[in-house]
Amino acid sequence: MDLGLIAQFLANGIVLGTMYALVAVGFTLFFGVLDVIKFSHGDVLMLGTFAGFTVWLGLEAVGIINPWLQLVVVLIASMVVTAAVGAAIAKWLVLPLKKAPPLNTLLVTLMLGTAIREAVRLFYPDGSNPKAFPALLPDASIDLGGFALRADSVILVVAGLLLIAGLNMMLNRTRLGLAIRAVAQDEETAQIMGINYMLVVLATFAIGSGVAAFAGVMNGLYYNEINFGMGLLLGLIGFSAAIVGGLGNLYGAILGGFLFAGLQVVGSALLPFASAYKDVFAFAVVIAIMAWKPTGLIPERASERV
Amino acid sequence: MKHNINRVLHSFGLMTTTVAGLGFGSVALAADTVELGFIGPLTGGVSSVGLGGRNSAELAVALRNADPDSKYHYELQVLDDECKPNVGVQVATKLAANNDVVGAVAHYCSAVAMGTVDVYHRFGLPMTVWGAVLPDITYGNDYPEITRVNGTMINQNEVAAKFMTEQGYKTWAVIHDTTDYGKGHNKYFSTYLAENGGEILSSFGVTSDQQDFTAELTQIKQGNPDVIFFAGLTPIGVRVRQQMDKLGIDAVFQGVSGIKSDAFFDGLGGDLAEGSLTFLEGAPAEKLPGGEYFLSEYEKAGYDRSPEAYGPFAFAAMDLLIDAVETVGPDREKIVEYMGTVENHESITGPISFDANGQNTVARITSYVAQDGAWVVWEDSEYADGTRSLPGMK
Repeated sequence: MDLGLIAQFLANGIVLGTMYALVAVGFTLFFGVLDVIKFSHGDVLMLGTFAGFTVWLGLEAVGIINPWLQLVVVLIASMVVTAAVGAAIAKWLVLPLKKAPPLNTLLVTLMLGTAIREAVRLFYPDGSNPKAFPALLPDASIDLGGFALRADSVILVVAGLLLIAGLNMMLNRTRLGLAIRAVAQDEETAQIMGINYMLVVLATFAIGSGVAAFAGVMNGLYYNEINFGMGLLLGLIGFSAAIVGGLGNLYGAILGGFLFAGLQVVGSALLPFASAYKDVFAFAVVIAIMAWKPTGLIPERASERV
Repeated sequence: MKHNINRVLHSFGLMTTTVAGLGFGSVALAADTVELGFIGPLTGGVSSVGLGGRNSAELAVALRNADPDSKYHYELQVLDDECKPNVGVQVATKLAANNDVVGAVAHYCSAVAMGTVDVYHRFGLPMTVWGAVLPDITYGNDYPEITRVNGTMINQNEVAAKFMTEQGYKTWAVIHDTTDYGKGHNKYFSTYLAENGGEILSSFGVTSDQQDFTAELTQIKQGNPDVIFFAGLTPIGVRVRQQMDKLGIDAVFQGVSGIKSDAFFDGLGGDLAEGSLTFLEGAPAEKLPGGEYFLSEYEKAGYDRSPEAYGPFAFAAMDLLIDAVETVGPDREKIVEYMGTVENHESITGPISFDANGQNTVARITSYVAQDGAWVVWEDSEYADGTRSLPGMK
């Protein structure tokens, strides 16, 4: 195997890893703050991507064709929609069930995800067919000895990593971040200290969902295609990545995302049998890791071990 | 009303003339409705083909209903199999369990047809396939209920392998989906390619909803094949072609009949699709014996989408089924018997003759190339006359 080939695999893996990490970050934020699993995450992401796509169609219709302007508007639209939907789910579905067993939250969001998915399939015009997502990024590429490095992939990865870094800084350096961490650590004490609990929870869900929308648009730009089912596998992979990395830990989510992408690439590149099994391979390794480290590779510091 | 009276006249002869004239015509009308079924993928990634097939089948029914000489009034039940075997079995059972339905024209997706043939057999419902190409649908069983008007992937791949090697290509990489459809194409194409001296460097099975093909394509790029042979349907065909470009692979993209749809261009845009190849049994509608008639009627009916590649077959299959009802009456058993005897039956796709397995022997296969955002018959294209050339062609 020559260097160009390895570089190509590496590049593919990094793009995928960034996408998975962005989704996993949402799972980890929600769990950190409320100790809940929100299974509709992937489908909210899909909804946001479709919202962005619709806005793009609108922009085309009114004649705004500058790709950079389009990109910014599409990104803002889809992130705002997802953030709003995420916050709404927190307010009306997750918080009211706070006293109920966690299984109920999991089930409710699981069903909500299916409802969102089917709603897009049935009610979005021609929603069951894949849509051609526009290529808004420059498509220049440099050929480095059998390895095509594309400008759009580089931009996507850099933007995705910057977003994660920004999120990390927000959590560690700002008052909102402090409040989120306080609520995550001890909800009652945080409330006594005067933190607006409801506001912090809603903000967390809005931020987590908005980040996922970025992953959705990134997915659309990378593959130039979106469909109503795209959130299902992305959500599942993001969830697994968050668990493997250590639920409730931001670095764990990032590690998990890249690990999963790495496993997929290894699964299809190195294994002798057909690449149709790459997801089987990746998920099987995840199972093995969970058996080895039940709380994930980087466990939440304040995790309550039983 | 007049037509009904005429019909009764024909059937019962002179003696009944007075009776019918006295007002029994309306009774005859009520008894004369015959229900038929159509199943295809009306939603999902390949729905454009399914809807084109449905429109064509509807057209066959509408034309016959407008024909004063037809003995019955036909009603079409349309069901959606979503190109999913589990859904297909459900809707096939629903259709077959309805005793009012005497016959069906069904399925574009081979994996679905493979799952449903047993259902039709169990209920004794005559079913004619209008689009699925897996040989086993007719050859894998001895059910007299199952017939097929379109050809199989055996003929398709025989021609494809010969055509491609004649263009001077030597090496291939294969990506096929792991359904019966993709695996079947892979099997027959590999066999015929070996006979023609082509070499397959690498082969990958992928799931039919896979999103990312960069890992497979990266490995393919390593071998630097002349052609990438893709055996699957339009949605993932679009993804594979798109990601080939992202990785800078400039091999020829050779598909199978599953990508011969206008949706291929909708998903890709003209530039990337340019120079892709595909093969389809039969010929384009306008070149078929009854093609001109079919297309003009289709246009007159005012459908908002094209009949797509298999529309003429759906039309021919429905027309054949109606002919059967006209000849032997609305009776499942008799129709099955009738289908067993079909030989040189006139249709817009050319004469239909079923062999012992109910397979129409379509000899003609047409090669297509994507040119300026449309599938063009190879012989008529600018690629054949040398104005343009495919990647790697000398």
